[in-house]
Amino acid sequence: MQIYLPIAEISVNLFLLLGLGGIVGILSGMFGVGGGFLLTPLLFFIGIPPAVAVATGATQIVASSVSGLLAHLKRRTVDLRMGSVLLIGGLIGAGLGIIIFNYLRSMGQVDLLVTIFYVVFLGIIGSLMFIESLRAIRKSGRIPTRRKHNWIHNLPFKIKFRVSGLYISVIPPMMVGVFVGILSAIMGVGGGFIMVPAMIYLLGMPTKVVIGTSLFQIIFVTAFTTLLHATTNYTVDIVLAVFLLIGGVIGAQFGTHIGLKLKAEQLRILLALLVLTVCFKLGLDLLLQPAEVYSIAKGIGT
Amino acid sequence: MMRLFAFLMLFAAPLAAQEEIVLGLSQDAVAITADFDGSEILVFGAIRRESPMPDGQLGVIVTVAGPDTPIVVRRKARRLGIWVNVDDVKIDAAPSFYAVATSGPLSKVLRPSEDLHNRITIPQAVREVGTNVLDSRSFARALMRIRERDNLYQTLEGQVDLSRDTLFETHIAMPANLTEGFYVARIFLTRDGNVVDTYVTSIPVKKVGMERWLYNLAHEQALLYGLLSLAIAISAGWLASAAFGLLRR
Repeated sequence: MQIYLPIAEISVNLFLLLGLGGIVGILSGMFGVGGGFLLTPLLFFIGIPPAVAVATGATQIVASSVSGLLAHLKRRTVDLRMGSVLLIGGLIGAGLGIIIFNYLRSMGQVDLLVTIFYVVFLGIIGSLMFIESLRAIRKSGRIPTRRKHNWIHNLPFKIKFRVSGLYISVIPPMMVGVFVGILSAIMGVGGGFIMVPAMIYLLGMPTKVVIGTSLFQIIFVTAFTTLLHATTNYTVDIVLAVFLLIGGVIGAQFGTHIGLKLKAEQLRILLALLVLTVCFKLGLDLLLQPAEVYSIAKGIGT
Repeated sequence: MMRLFAFLMLFAAPLAAQEEIVLGLSQDAVAITADFDGSEILVFGAIRRESPMPDGQLGVIVTVAGPDTPIVVRRKARRLGIWVNVDDVKIDAAPSFYAVATSGPLSKVLRPSEDLHNRITIPQAVREVGTNVLDSRSFARALMRIRERDNLYQTLEGQVDLSRDTLFETHIAMPANLTEGFYVARIFLTRDGNVVDTYVTSIPVKKVGMERWLYNLAHEQALLYGLLSLAIAISAGWLASAAFGLLRR
């Protein structure tokens, strides 16, 4: 069954959209990542214009994160204070990101830079997580290594984050927030795949709290990104978003359930493998000669 | 004597046509609805004659052109080991859709000079493509190749049914990813490849109902539309969570 998307201006299969939403929803619940790093490239593959895919991806991430967050709030695995600090940074970053995105668009190289961003970030994060998790699993029985003292602990403006059991400066989480906000606007992702490892390795937060807290930040930052895209580029497709999120919210519930049954190290190694797979696929597209070296873009400078 | 006269008439004054096109369309407009999956337009008509039929091979050519839109054609090349866009040609106006159907082989029903003048075949229709750029012909060919693959540009030789030299009809299939606007249908009547009569009409293609409403809202009330999208997203997420909570209990 085909459905016509009013903003993307193409007709796509309804069940394909529901399926894509479902897969991304499961990931969202399991890992606390919005799933945007997977959804956005998948939307490109089914022929959605990149600008629409980025903006609508953000809308869909809001929906699947809400149901995931509610599940985590009930289990009290959200550090609201840490979430708020990350959020303030995230909103600043999203604003900066939109400015960068529109500048790249005018240069006509937005596709290449977005792909390179994906390959570089997914590659680094994926490899780091994979190595860390392997080490953690080998040393089973011992508590996963959390660095007790590094340069982060010498910064000013310290705040107590009780849920995370941390007493650190607000500067590092704020910087993480800004960085993730920029990525959210440019790559059409929630940024969980960057934020989750940053919270674990850089801030030293416990894994169980990390997922709920990152979902909390992701909801507000992607909501802000959605509004920015809707008002500056008119590229949010509500019909596309609705079908993706119907699949997504159902998937997220199953994902949260699966996530709680797996051990933290297993979760991390699965996420690492997934990140590396997407990275490899995107990298291959850059290295291999494309079947058609020409491409058509509608409008001047998009 | 009559034959000679008719022959001269064809060459001398196509305006004083002895043969005229009378046209019908299966639909006046194409409506893009929520379940829109492309459309097929039936173009049919008759050739009216007020005098005996002149000589020469009769041909009918039907073209349907979508609105012109600005596009950029980019070419990738290998730089530092990766494939990147290096060259581009900006095109101010290229038809978003173009179909040309004929009653016989193009070489028989249309002379190249007439093609050049009336811009009938696909290469002629996209001719004005960025001529100031070196090597721009390969970009124009790429544009045609890609759009032909996507069924946006179609050459349908011999697809116009012509019966008893009077009635003609053809089907033009339009894909789902149409650009909104007025689609111009042109019908050319030819004798020995020379155009003797032309008929032009337009078919509006537009979104209707909810599709139209959403599109307008998104462009005219962008903030409201953005907030509406968020409200739907958040409530859907909350509803699903509540529903699953009830199921587990």
